Amino acid sequence: MDFDLMIDITPLLVKAAWVTVDISARALFFGFIIASALVAMRTSRIPPVRWFARAYISVVRGTPYFVQLLLVFYGGPAVGLRLDPFTCGVVVGAFNIGAYMSEAIRGAIESVDSGQNEASRSLGFGRLQTLQHIILPQAAGLMIRSVGVLAIILVKNSSLVSIISVIELTYQAQRLIGSTYKPLEVFTLSALMYIVIIYAVMGIVEFLYRRATRYAFL
Amino acid sequence: MVELKGVKKRFGDLEVLKGIDLRVDRGRIISIIGPSGSGKSTLLRSINNLEVIDEGIILLDGVQVNRPDLKGLAFERHINHIRQNMGMVFQHFNLFPHLSTLENVTLAPRKLKGMSAGSARKLGMELLDRVGLADKATSYPSSLSGGQKQRVAIARALAMQPKVMLFDEATSALDPELVEEVNRVMKGLAEEHMTMLIVTHEMAFARDVSDWAMFMDGGVVVEANTPDHLFSHPEQERTQHFLRKHLGAHA
Repeated sequence: MDFDLMIDITPLLVKAAWVTVDISARALFFGFIIASALVAMRTSRIPPVRWFARAYISVVRGTPYFVQLLLVFYGGPAVGLRLDPFTCGVVVGAFNIGAYMSEAIRGAIESVDSGQNEASRSLGFGRLQTLQHIILPQAAGLMIRSVGVLAIILVKNSSLVSIISVIELTYQAQRLIGSTYKPLEVFTLSALMYIVIIYAVMGIVEFLYRRATRYAFL
Repeated sequence: MVELKGVKKRFGDLEVLKGIDLRVDRGRIISIIGPSGSGKSTLLRSINNLEVIDEGIILLDGVQVNRPDLKGLAFERHINHIRQNMGMVFQHFNLFPHLSTLENVTLAPRKLKGMSAGSARKLGMELLDRVGLADKATSYPSSLSGGQKQRVAIARALAMQPKVMLFDEATSALDPELVEEVNRVMKGLAEEHMTMLIVTHEMAFARDVSDWAMFMDGGVVVEANTPDHLFSHPEQERTQHFLRKHLGAHA
């Protein structure tokens, strides 16, 4: 192993790792908004709205993320959708993870005992108030853990945006190999950086999970 | 106060309420007994629309509870308002586990009546004291016994100052030694002339606390009378059979 080389390229890879974090965090943020909208749509009183949400989730889950990325980036301009690589990575990542996340959120909400809903409604709370004050606080723990798993998948999936030349961790690693011819060193270092990012995500998830479920241990 | 006229309810092909008429005047305590599947819980749940009835009319102080003419948000607003006047106590307590005992009691008056934190706290402590749990105000439901949970649930329902209290087998899920503490709280309410509708398996308690008793079977009211009469001299054969079985096992 050429340790000197590894030290030399570390600043470049750290910078690229930050792009990985940035693209993932943005996709997670917008993905959560998309997921919440999909959950609301799936409980809509209007049937076509429910059908659309279900169809959307099926399509996203039925196709590889890689293909979705290529389709939007290379196929998009044909229908007037021109996105720069970074934006394309965020958008496709958000719409992809949003579909999975909507199922995770729905599952967490449905895991709350139906008696909780009845007790709340019997006091005179409406549907939304019940969701806000009773259901979501209890669903939060499971929701955080499920979303955490998806956040990890999102970080790993972000390596695929190297194919549309976003200069993130994997793309930068490949570039460095082109100039140094040291794939072992470069990929080892980039793998370590993925591990650091993912452990940080897991730490944040665990922290939020503990906070959300504190009441159960009092 | 509460009035039911020709209430019918079907689950698919099964008719569980076959035309129920019932009248509960202010300050009256009515017990409903009957075998499992007789429709007694469904009847109670129908009164605050947790079950939606298919036919008939339910009135609370002359205001119709079930309103098949109202749809969507209009019905939601209507029923939320109605429900604020009815307290419901469930077999499995359904306390909110993420809230302290006091918060369980104060959440509804604060959020639904706009009560200030201070007044809600005062009301909550009064009610917890009334059910003998003032010292548990900061505890969470997970640390309470079943009997304590049910007493908090009663306090929670009382916090909205309901016109009527509906008890759906409030003591059925409790260990036998915890039944008494909940019964005591319910008796206290009875002495204060709270209007109560009690679905129960506790024959002795029903006889003791209520001033009218109904026996339901197969979705109909088979017999209704004063508790003394109903329990001592049931007139219908089905009532006699049920009481013989039930008192035989529990007396």
